[in-house]
Amino acid sequence: MTARSDAAPSTNGDQPLLLLEGVTKVYGGRVKTHALRGIDLRLDAGEFIALTGPSGSGKSTLLNMIGLLDRPTAGRMRFQGRDVAELDEASTTATRARGIGFVFQFHHLLPAFTALENVMMPLLAERGRADDEMRQRASNLLEEVGLADRATYPATDLSGGQQQRVAVARALVMHPPLVLADEPTGNLDSESGNQVFRLLRSINERHGTAFVIVTHDERLAMRCDRVVHVVDGRVDSDTIPPA
Amino acid sequence: MPFELFVALRYLREGRTQTLLILAGIGVGVGVIVFLSALIGGLQQSLVTRTLGTQAQIVVQPREEVPRMLHEDDGVIREARVERPAQRVRSITQWQRARAEIDRQPGVVATSPMVSGAAIAVRGGGANAVVVQGIEPESYLRIVPLDSFIVDGGLELDGRKAIIGVGLAHDLGLSVGDRVRLRLGTSGDTRSVRAGEPARERASTEATSAAYTVSGIFDVGNADLNERWVFTSLRVAQALFGLEGGASTIEVKVAEIYEAETMAREIGARTGLVAESWMATNEQLLTGLRSQSASSVMIQVFVILAVALGISSVLAVSVVQKSREIGILRATGTSTRQVLRIFLAQGAILGLIGSAVGIGLGIALGLGFQGVATNPDGSPSFPVTLDSALYLRSAAIAVGVGIAAALIPARRAARMDPADAMRSI
Repeated sequence: MTARSDAAPSTNGDQPLLLLEGVTKVYGGRVKTHALRGIDLRLDAGEFIALTGPSGSGKSTLLNMIGLLDRPTAGRMRFQGRDVAELDEASTTATRARGIGFVFQFHHLLPAFTALENVMMPLLAERGRADDEMRQRASNLLEEVGLADRATYPATDLSGGQQQRVAVARALVMHPPLVLADEPTGNLDSESGNQVFRLLRSINERHGTAFVIVTHDERLAMRCDRVVHVVDGRVDSDTIPPA
Repeated sequence: MPFELFVALRYLREGRTQTLLILAGIGVGVGVIVFLSALIGGLQQSLVTRTLGTQAQIVVQPREEVPRMLHEDDGVIREARVERPAQRVRSITQWQRARAEIDRQPGVVATSPMVSGAAIAVRGGGANAVVVQGIEPESYLRIVPLDSFIVDGGLELDGRKAIIGVGLAHDLGLSVGDRVRLRLGTSGDTRSVRAGEPARERASTEATSAAYTVSGIFDVGNADLNERWVFTSLRVAQALFGLEGGASTIEVKVAEIYEAETMAREIGARTGLVAESWMATNEQLLTGLRSQSASSVMIQVFVILAVALGISSVLAVSVVQKSREIGILRATGTSTRQVLRIFLAQGAILGLIGSAVGIGLGIALGLGFQGVATNPDGSPSFPVTLDSALYLRSAAIAVGVGIAAALIPARRAARMDPADAMRSI
């Protein structure tokens, strides 16, 4: 395993997809909890990185920061060259909707909707009402994740692996340059987990979508292009696993 | 379908039991409002119709005669205490002009001149005190539907014909075609006779004790009026009371009955005459109606409050239940405003569907109640007024209350921090 150089080549010239400089997050009032302590991280377009670390190390907080779900207490964050740490609520929502897809450990589909509707949901929220192009795009994605025949199934009628694949399709429907996956295989059996990981990898290779995958699974992390290890709210190591 | 409505409908469908229970609650609430409004509205309308069915909404008459103080030539009062004169049947001065003036008043639907005064109806050994009302049938019918009260004979008032009430007919043993004598008081003519007009006096005296043919018998649903009212033509009454060409009152019908008092004041101011509305002459009834309306409004307010609390609590529970989903929606690009609108839409949908259920229930209750309690003639004892304005008002209240009740839970949902929601996942 080799340490990653900060001068690693970018697929988009010199401008990183995401750049974190000294990002700090402190929770609490009187009793302060330092979740992140000056994180510096650069992510280029098309990268496929694993974010690892023990429980409570701050990796989920870091993922929330990257996903614009939370704001840093201090530090700078740039996404696609734009300072996003101080955006207002509406701009944050718009940037998140168009720029970042999410895959959660417990897949978290909306149970009241079908697989197709779950995939369409981000588009629906953006455009306000459904149209044929939207349905077609969601259908294509379900086909890509191998669930074209389950499009009209209620989300609750799908198996765990199938639900996670629907969640992947949902994360991709806005064609985001970055997908954040929090333990995407953590709740699946090894076969389904492998299936989902291969799916993420193939999407990364075919579409050039960057992935940040939070995982406790060391073997899974080793299959990524880069492993960022977080300990006590700091980047402990940033390495490229051996091929 | 808009995104927010789409999601709101799905959420309501997903929590089917909860949704059905709150819809039942709203339905019962709106049903009570519709039923109560219809019942009280019907009762009030019935009372007002019965009251106004036999009388004009505004009666215009001359000012009362007041005693004049006697003055010396130099303006000094000679006798301050003057006996108050008895009121007599008098004509409105230039009543045609006054009537035209009243007709020009916006909101006046119809006017009719009348000569009205006390008389005695005599047949054989029987005599009853009556009120003779001389009318112009064509204009008077636009104010009081006298023809609809006729139970025998017809509304024929040409020549010396009169129509009488069933009570008077019973008391004097009169039927259609019989003759009845009307005279003014026991000692003859009580009208003022102008000096130097002996021929006119004789003619008038004759007229004050003439016989009339009963052409019709009416029943206005009021025993007192049925015994006392006698209708003749205006011309006959003018002759009877010595008011040739005159009119003692002008009867007025207005478009909006509850505006009658205001209009009466305006008519009084414009014409210089005394204008009395039905609201002034039936003050007790009006007070009763107002009290009834106030109690109805109070009940409705509490029902609305209960409905609002029901909707609000159900949606508050829903926000807690759906906090994870709200987090997912937020993470996948749904804005805070959209989340707010999703929950407001749920309140509006609950209000709308609940009001439809409630309106149906209210109609069923109203019609059922009306069918159960009937008078001997088959008419409902408790008339119920069901109209589209009531339905629209109830639906608007329910939707408004639904949205207002959803506001607090909706704001709570919208303010939910997506990171917190994600942490709870």
